[in-house]
Amino acid sequence: MQGVLYDFTGLIQSIDAVFRASMSDLWATVLEYAIIGIIYLVIYALIGLFLVYAERKVCAFIQVRLGPNRVGPKGFFQTIADFIKLLLKENIKIKNADGVLFNLAPFIVIVASFLTFGTVPFAKGLQGIDLNIGVFFIMAVSSMGVVGILLGGWSSNSKYSLIGAMRSGAQIVSYELSVGLSLVTMVILTGTMQLSQIIELQSDGWFIFKGHIPALISLIIMMIASTAEINRGPFDLAEAESELTAGYHTEYSGIKFAFFYLSEYMNMFVVSALVATVFFGGWMPLHIGSWQAFNHIMDFIPPIIWFILKSFALMYVIMLFKWTFPRLRIDQLLKLEWQYLLPISLFNVLLMAFVVYMKWYF
Amino acid sequence: MGLKSYLSGLFKGFYSLLVGLRVTNSYFFHPSRIVTQQYPENRKTLKMFERFKGEVILVHNENNEHRCTGCGICEMNCPNGSIEIISKMETGEDGKKRKAIDKHIYHLSMCTFCGLCVKSCPSKALAFGNEFEHAVFDRAKLDKVLNKEGSVLMKGVE
Repeated sequence: MQGVLYDFTGLIQSIDAVFRASMSDLWATVLEYAIIGIIYLVIYALIGLFLVYAERKVCAFIQVRLGPNRVGPKGFFQTIADFIKLLLKENIKIKNADGVLFNLAPFIVIVASFLTFGTVPFAKGLQGIDLNIGVFFIMAVSSMGVVGILLGGWSSNSKYSLIGAMRSGAQIVSYELSVGLSLVTMVILTGTMQLSQIIELQSDGWFIFKGHIPALISLIIMMIASTAEINRGPFDLAEAESELTAGYHTEYSGIKFAFFYLSEYMNMFVVSALVATVFFGGWMPLHIGSWQAFNHIMDFIPPIIWFILKSFALMYVIMLFKWTFPRLRIDQLLKLEWQYLLPISLFNVLLMAFVVYMKWYF
Repeated sequence: MGLKSYLSGLFKGFYSLLVGLRVTNSYFFHPSRIVTQQYPENRKTLKMFERFKGEVILVHNENNEHRCTGCGICEMNCPNGSIEIISKMETGEDGKKRKAIDKHIYHLSMCTFCGLCVKSCPSKALAFGNEFEHAVFDRAKLDKVLNKEGSVLMKGVE
């Protein structure tokens, strides 16, 4: 397939060449970084706003309601209106709160989610940074967000916030293991942690089909554990509106609250993108082995559309979790992880290693 | 905990979660089941429900006849005094004098829609109407006279 929509590498290289021809190498690099940063910030905010809208619509439809429907067609501009409202709101200074940490916490949270966002491969050649340890990097950085949550809960000097933050800490430390092990399972199959290579390897079939049983088990574990890791329902003990008002961000207002809110949704996007990349081939169209005609038809759909479809389908599943299942208690939460998910994923690593050793994959 | 009960618990739990997901998923893909009424837009076609308690009305038939004998039971039963009965003495066709309704006054502003008047009316003269847009700028407009002008007691109602 030719054309800009199918392969962005040429476009990016020509833009780079234009910059390097018109100024010194240093300035070109600085300018490129700045432009990419701005583009990512804008995309980050836009996807976040759209996700908030999508979540409200999905939850409304599930609950047999209409959801937002007044601002713009079908309420499409509702979240933009909400965002403007949040920007105009007063930043309340909390008495007796630890000022520095209190202001730092939302930035740590949003930086952690923004860093992971940078590695997401949107299409061929359209990736912020293609690290050779991409999977590991996402794992490492995404767990940094819990530091922000703990700081926010601690520095607010409020019981609700502290309880929420502590719950969140216990939860993320536990579920990190399962997410890591299910990714390790897939890395055994792929043999690489570079996201672009993982996608290239799936050009003759997605890993969910290639890895069959162990890949399916690890997909299920990954979906459950990553839902817990991003603090979404039914694992939203950290906020638990009905028990803790809002958990760790009870005392936050205005734009700082918006940061927490936005990063929560963007973590959901990053997790879905990662699952889509590792299990469902990222931007790779649906290819089946040597069916040339079928593969060729699938190639007509641009990769970026494939990526968006896959990640949004996965996000729909995560939203469905939240609006279907009741919240777990803390003991049930830890039991699920330590008695079910962790032993199964350990067993699954062995199974995958055995499958790869015997070359039983496709 | 034996391995068998561990695994059966695992699969049963997983199955029950899938059942729940199927229900919510089917709701998502069938937006026609949405029950929300888009009220100001659908004012013309909006149909309220039979049991809806909008206001208390005195039922009149097409000959402008009602069933209220003016006995005052509804007035006595009303817990917040939203009903006032002003009765008059009337001479019937047979020459006997009997009590009849002059004005059945209903203070909508005080009514809690408990329904005791409708329930206790011995001649089933009162009912609940479906009208619910009661907002007015003058409080006096909420004091309503329920019997229509020139209406008379239905024949055969004692």
